[in-house]
Amino acid sequence: MQPFRQHTGIVVPLDRPNVDTDQIIPKQFLKRIERTGFGQFLFNDWRFTPDGKPNPEFVLNAPRYKSASILVAAKNFGCGSSREHAPWALADYGFRAIIAPSFADIFSNNCGKNGLLTVVLTEAEVNELLKRAQQTEGYKLTIDLERKQVTDDQGFRASFGIDEFRRRCLLDGLDDIGLTLRHEAEIAAYEQAQAG
Amino acid sequence: MSKPRTLFEKVWDAHVICEPSDQPPLIYIDLHLVHEVTSPQAFDGLRAAGRKVRRPERTIATVDHNNPTTPLELTVLEPISAKQMETLRKNCREFGIQLFDMGSDDRGIVHVIGPELGFTQPGKTIVCGDSHTSTHGAFGALAFGIGTSEVEHVLATQCLPQQKPRTMQINVKGKLPAGVSAKDLALGIIGKIGTDGGTGHVLEFTGEAIRALSMEGRMTLCNMSIEAGARAGMVAPDDTTIAYLRGRSHAPQGAAWDKALAYWNTLHTDPGAQYDRVVEIDAGSFAPYVTWGTNPGMVVPVTGEVPDPSISASEADRRAAERALQYMGLSPRMPIQTITIDRVFIGSCTNSRLEDLRAAAKVVKGYRVNSHVQAMVVPGSQKIKQEAENEGLDRIFTEAGFEWRESGCSMCLAMNPDVLQPGERCASTSNRNFEGRQGRDGRTHLVSPAMAAAAAVTGHFTDVRQWEFK
Repeated sequence: MQPFRQHTGIVVPLDRPNVDTDQIIPKQFLKRIERTGFGQFLFNDWRFTPDGKPNPEFVLNAPRYKSASILVAAKNFGCGSSREHAPWALADYGFRAIIAPSFADIFSNNCGKNGLLTVVLTEAEVNELLKRAQQTEGYKLTIDLERKQVTDDQGFRASFGIDEFRRRCLLDGLDDIGLTLRHEAEIAAYEQAQAG
Repeated sequence: MSKPRTLFEKVWDAHVICEPSDQPPLIYIDLHLVHEVTSPQAFDGLRAAGRKVRRPERTIATVDHNNPTTPLELTVLEPISAKQMETLRKNCREFGIQLFDMGSDDRGIVHVIGPELGFTQPGKTIVCGDSHTSTHGAFGALAFGIGTSEVEHVLATQCLPQQKPRTMQINVKGKLPAGVSAKDLALGIIGKIGTDGGTGHVLEFTGEAIRALSMEGRMTLCNMSIEAGARAGMVAPDDTTIAYLRGRSHAPQGAAWDKALAYWNTLHTDPGAQYDRVVEIDAGSFAPYVTWGTNPGMVVPVTGEVPDPSISASEADRRAAERALQYMGLSPRMPIQTITIDRVFIGSCTNSRLEDLRAAAKVVKGYRVNSHVQAMVVPGSQKIKQEAENEGLDRIFTEAGFEWRESGCSMCLAMNPDVLQPGERCASTSNRNFEGRQGRDGRTHLVSPAMAAAAAVTGHFTDVRQWEFK
């Protein structure tokens, strides 16, 4: 997994609550058996018209947000289906982090397994970031996972909390299956006790 | 005396393998359900790392998402669907996993066959790469959906590192009125607490109205827990649970049954145990519901009207409601019963069990499907299909003009050929009314099986409490 320590990037504002994983990656793209190549289908039904042309009204298609790597969204981002294809698509498209007032549990877990950082800020902080990203062309944020801080060069500064284990896995790009397998003896003992 | 514990805490405590200082608690997984959509990359990961499936006998697989539901289409699969299904077959062979494949009489939607075959049992930890795994909580199991990386984790280790979720009691007092089903209870609760009301929590449903539900009803309710954002939903096992499980092919038998029963009888929340949150609900206040928007929390009673976004609680809510109405092609203050429909889908892991089909058939009996409506019934499993046919339900449906199909997930998420056309409006017994869920620009209204059946006959949403049964 690609480690996440510090990242500075262009911010795209997606000011919609309850963005579900069906929107992030519609079901017709879940038939592939690979982990890669999902970025082209990210937000497909919002990004493209039914005849496959870019929808100029969707924020990701605005030229100023073309190279965005940080997504700022409203509450309950990633709700619905457990499809890990959603973080695969976001990461493959080029996103490194998502900032929102809240995330759905499974989605947030899935992001953590793919080097994609989910940052929870207050609704007021998120609204401020949405506003700044809309007002300032080329608006950038820096997310520092070691210091658990989000900053911009206009004086915005916010701290965020994150599960310590997830933070460590992201910082070091750890394979958590390997970490679990360190406890092989305990797992085997549990299984034996259960069988007895 | 030990500290009083909730049902969730009892199941959790029994599965903690160890609590490492540098990692969340490691939880043992008793049963892992696998389907074709969320597993191929997990098996690839195992191969890449040279790992095996630790406990193949604790893993069962089926194909349910891609498969068409008409006999003709079954033989002419879309190549990419065929490849995904074939990949699961190869993986199951390579790693020694039992597969309920297309030819099997035991196949069906993964969350339908788990309980039906008796794999799902009280007190188990159950996971699946599918958010509706919450269904199995109806038996007093701790069951939750996971992503593909976690599927790989469970295949390799039979464990998951998990932060302990918080608990929320949803206590439903009193009796549900006639004509109000478990689906209405689920929709009403989500309407009340919101689509993120349960985030970070395991729900436990308690109270007189829950005790009165059949296992099918409890499964419908727990199935929709994820639509309230919850990690899982649970109902404590009781005589209803035990009667359902007795004699199922993979339920314990003989002495093992007696031993299991003794354990299951301990699986209830102790008097005095504390939940992190408690929600009290009066069952008598529930009605048949219809969703009007693009998430399951956007819901009103069938006798109500489409809300007016201008009186939303916040600016963000107003914009979300306006966007939903635009997508759904509805106007503010339209009475719900004036909304006409094009399609009816009775099926999905939420509402495709025998009780659901009986409830729909009871409404349909002696009537014809409206001439402007295309309606279909997709049983949750091949066994349910057979049982329904034995009772003659298929004839009630087909004589009324419904299509009677083979089992599968079908138009709940439309990964197979059962898809809404742009602009089509569907009364659906499934679980999600998200934009495009049943087909791009399709419009989904979530309802109970009886409400879907009534809408199929009249061509518009109709209060099933007023229905004239024939």
